[in-house]
Amino acid sequence: MKKMMLSTVAIVALTGAAMADEVRVYNWSDYIDEELLTKFEEETGLKLIYDVFDSNEVLETKMLAGSSGYDVVVPSGTFLQRQISAGAFQKLDTSKLSNAGNLWDVVEARTAQYDPDNAYSINYMWGTTGIGVNVGKVQEILGADAPMGSLDLIFDPANMEKLQACGVHFLDAPTEMIPAALKYIGEDPDSHDPDVLAKAEPIMSAVRPYVQKFHNSEYINALANGDICVAFGWSGDILQARDRAAEAENGVEVAYNAPSEGALMWFDQMAIPVDAPNPEGAHMFLNFILDAQNMAQASNYVYYANGNIASQEFLVEDVIGDPAIYPDAATLENLYTTTPYPARVQRTVTRMWTKVKSGT
Amino acid sequence: MRRAVLIAVPYVWLLALFLIPFAVVFKISLSDIALAIPPYTPTAKDGIWAMLSQLDFENFVFLTEDDLYWKAYLSSLQIAFISTVLTLLVGYPMAYAMARAPEQWRATLLMLVILPFWTSFLIRVYAWVGILSGEGFLNQFLLWIGIIDAPLTILNTNTAVYIGIVYTYLPFMILPIYSALDRLDGSLIEAAEDLGCSRLKAFWLVTIPLSRNGIIAGCFLVFIPALGEFVIPSLLGGSGTLMIGKVLFEEFFSNRDWPVASAVAVILLLILIIPIVLFQRNEQRQAEAEQ
Repeated sequence: MKKMMLSTVAIVALTGAAMADEVRVYNWSDYIDEELLTKFEEETGLKLIYDVFDSNEVLETKMLAGSSGYDVVVPSGTFLQRQISAGAFQKLDTSKLSNAGNLWDVVEARTAQYDPDNAYSINYMWGTTGIGVNVGKVQEILGADAPMGSLDLIFDPANMEKLQACGVHFLDAPTEMIPAALKYIGEDPDSHDPDVLAKAEPIMSAVRPYVQKFHNSEYINALANGDICVAFGWSGDILQARDRAAEAENGVEVAYNAPSEGALMWFDQMAIPVDAPNPEGAHMFLNFILDAQNMAQASNYVYYANGNIASQEFLVEDVIGDPAIYPDAATLENLYTTTPYPARVQRTVTRMWTKVKSGT
Repeated sequence: MRRAVLIAVPYVWLLALFLIPFAVVFKISLSDIALAIPPYTPTAKDGIWAMLSQLDFENFVFLTEDDLYWKAYLSSLQIAFISTVLTLLVGYPMAYAMARAPEQWRATLLMLVILPFWTSFLIRVYAWVGILSGEGFLNQFLLWIGIIDAPLTILNTNTAVYIGIVYTYLPFMILPIYSALDRLDGSLIEAAEDLGCSRLKAFWLVTIPLSRNGIIAGCFLVFIPALGEFVIPSLLGGSGTLMIGKVLFEEFFSNRDWPVASAVAVILLLILIIPIVLFQRNEQRQAEAEQ
């Protein structure tokens, strides 16, 4: 009996020790240079368990169910705000984040609207939602003056009908698509008024028959391989597609444009769940990411801008010099942000989205 | 004492694995959505009385107000029914051939039916994406032998969902039918033929009725999981494929509305349980009548 108790104690102690040696990170897919993961393990001696998701909704369900087992997660601004009010995150201990001084005040000022005083999160990456095109194919179909930088390309049924043969992907995220549709018809993209939101539905339903797929990550490969010619997606993902196509030398030229009508600007924030098994390790991971060179390495790999001013000197020209990633002042002016929908409005929005996608 | 224990075992099983989880889901279906962890109210933290007094049937009323849910239930029933019939049509001849195969082959054939289970279900369904897609093996093959001029659009349609369900659940149809046919006494068929039945008639009058239990078991094993199927329609089906499994996922993940998701699940369960109970009762009555 005594022996059995001893071994039980030993097992408990062992699992306890294992927990303290592990950091579990849950981040978006295709969103880091994987060399950084090994570097973190080497520097800290902690074991890093790195899982990925491709929709804010899936992350949010895990957060609200509680006990996700993750130490660091990466929700976008509006989702972060709602999860903070649900009590899903713990305040950051700034004494453990010696690199916090690297953060960029311009970005912090904007993320503060989701996370007041940035008490719960640090910015990882930010970007815009816009249009990725296979330049050659689109020009072949719509002519040399194709509106590749305008929402006309994806919301005008006449254009979409011609483009459907070569393939169009949309994001499967109502919180990205509805603001764009509202912007297209000149309404407030951040409207929470059900009557205004309802106006987005006919716009999207009119082009729905020509959309091959609604998905949040498949378009990277599909664009790069030339399987599709238009994707409405996230800036860095489309730029990754551009890069992969260039590397493959398959004759596909991908370009990203933030819509001239205005583009949604979003922020992906790193936060620590309230019930994180290893908050100590989570802070070490955040501090590692806040390091200027590490952050630059990540941005150079995924083609997204980051909220780290000190990292900018280590960014390659392809990233810091590209206005699609680091917009110039004029483009910045043309970007808008959104705020979370209240629960009742959220239901209307999801219902509309189901209706658009399935036709019922 | 021993008898009581023996009887208790299935009941404990039923209680732990069905009734308690069902009670939890049912309770959530009567709750209200909230921005908290977990995302509904009231919870056990509020005390038993507060928890019980705040429950209502609002979510069930909501389900009747929107035609999405009824359409999804009906379309799932239709997809599950058609796939069950297709699986039966494919599975029965296979089971029959296995049962008629020489004794020394049967173990190998049985093994071959079970073999696909050695690979993950998800990977097998994903493999169909590669087979059915525009540039997939099937289209390449059909183009190569010249049956078609342009690739067929199969992936992201209901046809792909039927193919996926029939493929995945085929072993569940074959195994019970095979075991019924395997036990079938061959001399009964000989007797039928001696008495003037053609082979086809003997099959219809003797073999089919004697394998009835296997057919029923197989159909249940296919129909029930197919009705709530989520993975197959989401990987192979298109955006237009409406199935209750996908609706449940949307309620749970996109709306984070656990109460409505639970109400959808409770009704799905009722749709399944009521006909099964009625059917079993009918069977029992028939069995008693025969005695």
